[in-house]
Parts: sequence; C-alpha cells; structure tokens
Amino acid sequence: MTEEIGQVFRAEYGRAVAVLTRVFGELDLAEEAVQDAFATALQRWPKDGVPPSPAGWIITTARNRAIDRLRREARHDRRLREPLPRSVLGGTAPAEADPAHDAEEGPVHDDRLRLIFTCCHPALAAPARVALTLRLLGGLTTAEVARAFLVPEPTMAQRLVRAKNKIRHAGIPYRVPAETELPDRLPTVLAVLYLIFNEGYAAASGDRLVRADLCAEAIRLARLLTELMPDEPEATGLLALMLFTDARRRARTTPDGDLVLLPDQDRTLWNTAQLAEGRTLLRACLRRNRPGPYQLQAAINAVHTDAPTTGATDWPQILHLYDALLAHSPTPVVALHRAVAVAEVHGPATALLLLDGLGLDGHHVYHSVRADLLRRLGRLPEAAASYDAALSLAPTTAERAFLHRTRAGLPL
Amino acid sequence: MKRYLLALYVPADGEPPPPEALEEMRNELDALNADLKAAGAWVFAGALHPPDTATVVRPRDDGAFMTDGPFIEGKEFLGGFDIIAAPDLDAALGWARRLAEITTLPVEVRPLQDPAA
Repeated sequence: MTEEIGQVFRAEYGRAVAVLTRVFGELDLAEEAVQDAFATALQRWPKDGVPPSPAGWIITTARNRAIDRLRREARHDRRLREPLPRSVLGGTAPAEADPAHDAEEGPVHDDRLRLIFTCCHPALAAPARVALTLRLLGGLTTAEVARAFLVPEPTMAQRLVRAKNKIRHAGIPYRVPAETELPDRLPTVLAVLYLIFNEGYAAASGDRLVRADLCAEAIRLARLLTELMPDEPEATGLLALMLFTDARRRARTTPDGDLVLLPDQDRTLWNTAQLAEGRTLLRACLRRNRPGPYQLQAAINAVHTDAPTTGATDWPQILHLYDALLAHSPTPVVALHRAVAVAEVHGPATALLLLDGLGLDGHHVYHSVRADLLRRLGRLPEAAASYDAALSLAPTTAERAFLHRTRAGLPL
Repeated sequence: MKRYLLALYVPADGEPPPPEALEEMRNELDALNADLKAAGAWVFAGALHPPDTATVVRPRDDGAFMTDGPFIEGKEFLGGFDIIAAPDLDAALGWARRLAEITTLPVEVRPLQDPAA
C-alpha cells in the first residue's frame, strides 16, 4: 500500500501542486495542502482501499485542506494578506464538491505547463530554477534535492524559500508564455531539464542512487513537456537525446565503477527499447524541419547507436551534423566535440589544428581530446603532458581513473 | 496591479553620449513615457542630477548631521528611475527592456511592497 501511494505521489504530486496553485494563487499553500493530502492518504487508503481516481481524491482533499487552512487563518487574522480569488470563497464551496466530479481534469495539463514556466522563469537564478522544478513538479523533498546537488540541506532550503519569495513578491506570473515569447522562454525550460539530466548522468560522485533517480526524473519531466507541447520539436529532441544517452548507462561503467568510453562499450548492454523510442521520437521531430541544438545532438547520438560496431560508425554523417550544430550553437565546447569527428574523417593532425585557440584550457575534456590526438600522432611526451593536465582538472574519480589507465598505457 | 521601480544605473567613469544621440534618446524616452501613460502603467518618472549634488543626512543624538556627496561612492550610480504599475513581472520586464534599449544602460527592476503589507 505504501508502495502504491508512493507511485501515486510520484505521478500526481506535480499535477496536484499545479492545480492548487491555480486555484489559490499561492505556491506555499498549494504545497502544504498537497503534502497534507498525501499524509491523509497514508492513513486512510490502507483501511478504506485506494479510491477509484487517486489523483482526483488527492486534489479534492488538498483543496479542502487548503480551504480549512485559509478559514483558520481568516478566523485568527481577519485581515487576510491578499484578497482571495472568487472561485475559492464565493459560489458553491469547493469543500462540498463531489470528488467523483472532478472539475480539474480538463485544464490540468495547462496547470503543469504553467508551473514549469514559472519554475523556469529567466528572472530566477539557474540553480533556483532547477531546485524549484525538482521540488514542485518532481515532488522531491528539499533533502533529496540537496543531496542530489551536493549542497547542504539548509542551503537548499534557503534557496527554495528565496526563489518562492521572489515569485510572490516580484509577481512572476503563473502562465504559459504567449507564442511570440516562446522562442525566448522554452530554451530556459529545456536547459533546466537537461541540467537535471546531466547532473544525474555525468557526475559519478555523490549518492549514486539519487543521481540515477535524477536522470529518471529529467526523462519523466521531458516526457511531460513533450506531451504538453507536442508542436515543439526541440522538446521532443531533448527527450530523444536523454533516452539515447541514458540507454547506454549500463555500458558506461564497469561493475567496479570504471569509465568505459563509447568506442569500447559492450553494445549488447545498451537498452534497446529506450534506443528504439529515441529513434521514433527523433524521426517525428526532424520531420517538422525546425532543427535545433537538442535535435541535432540527438541525431548525433542516433548515428552512434545505429552502428552495429564502433568501426562501422558513419563519421562523415556525424561530422555533417556537428557542422549544423556548430552553426546553431557556435560555442568552444561544440567545436571541441566537432574536432573529435574531424579526427575520424580527416585524421588527427587536421583535428589538432582546430583545438588551438578554443580557450578551453580549464576544461578537462579539452586536454583529454588533445592527449588522444597527440597519442595517435605518436607525439607521446606531449600526449603524456596533456593527460596530466586533464587529470588535474577531471572532477570525478571514475574519469581520473580512466585517464590514469590511458596515460599509463602510453608506450613511452 | 503591482508597482515596480525601474532604476537606471550609469557608469561613473563613462563618457556622456554626443548631443545628437542624447537628443534622440530624449525623444525615445518621451515616447516611452507617453506609451506608459496610454497603457495606464505610468506612476512617476525622474532623471537625477549627478551624485556630487547629493547630501546625506544621518540621525544623531544631538540632532541631524549632514555630509556632502552620495551615500555610496560606486562604479555606477543611480541616474534616474521610473515607477510603473504592471500586472506581473513579465509586463514590468517588457517596459524595462525598452528603457534599457533606449538608454543602453542596465535597468534594475524591483517590486514595491503593497501599501497594506
């Protein structure tokens, strides 16, 4: 039963907070009421059984709790801080609403979309956007968010309080941006979801379990966004990219936790169902002919995973996609990854020339790419020096262990 | 409606724009103020004289005490401000963006507390 309630919690928490926020216009009240409702479910469902519509039950119960709370506050303090929306106190009291007749079922989709755009508003700092999205839409506790981002819990709690205060006091709207604003606003949302995913995927430090959860949560949120915005190919592209990347998780480390690079991975360990879904999604969004950075990165991953063996990789196609990606996002990091494809198509000497002047001296991947190119050119002492530079900058134990092994393998 | 302060920050060591540019900027600011008024968003607007015209008054047991000059000497100073009324932050940021584009200066947007709070 607790397990069942846990599943409902994961699936419905964000929806319930979103609906309650629309009805009451206040995030804190919505959060507390939804938490109250789940606490009540933990008491009642084991005795009474799971109601026919668990989501409807949670929303109705939470709404009643919120109204109780407001009435209590109103009794204690006649002067309410802000006038409440008519829908709450006027007309038929929602307290008596029939749980079976759930009026929220229609606009719920929009409510969650509104909440996503509020949490990812560009007027909030990036770490706050990530924390709010995980807390309010993902239903992670403050402690879980703190652990996932290796931040002390009081720091994370403060970050969340500050962000919610800014939403309230600065009047950050609870609304899906207009069509004309979307080109500015959607990338911020996508970036937050990708950041959550990468935090779970890239970092080997910290609590492994929580971090794998972070990937699953990012995929769940990306799936939700794709359902809510089916006409945005970049949202679909991001979901495809996450699926392609996550599908290789099991092959990416040895049982001992050592890092395995793509060319050396055991392809039978890849999650074929996830790859197939990624391909279907990618085809669907590419058909819209509005390419963007996430679709292009997903396409690059698709080409990699389409190859039955590393040797069969279609590098000219990958290089072609990197050219397009670099045109969209002319950043040094994209140029660095493109250079890797150039090395496969035109040789390491040509690729090495591209690395100069990228200004990525503080980036460990830059040094390990450089080291690999120098190694392939037989310039071994220089390669060793580059591995040393990469080693001094690599953030995770798994990456450092990998670099150590490769450097030790140089026939110096 | 919420109210917001749009504060314009001017670099202390910056060169003032040439007269023609200044003239054009004034015209565009007039147009912005007219649009704010037409939208019912205008509450108050003012450009400030430079910080060396400021005087700071501090409370003291033996009566107020004053010093010449601004409260904070910084690399930037408050050059002017608008108080606007807007339904939400997005609307306020829209006006702020126009102000920033006209003046080529950074604009800080701060919500005012509601009088009742």
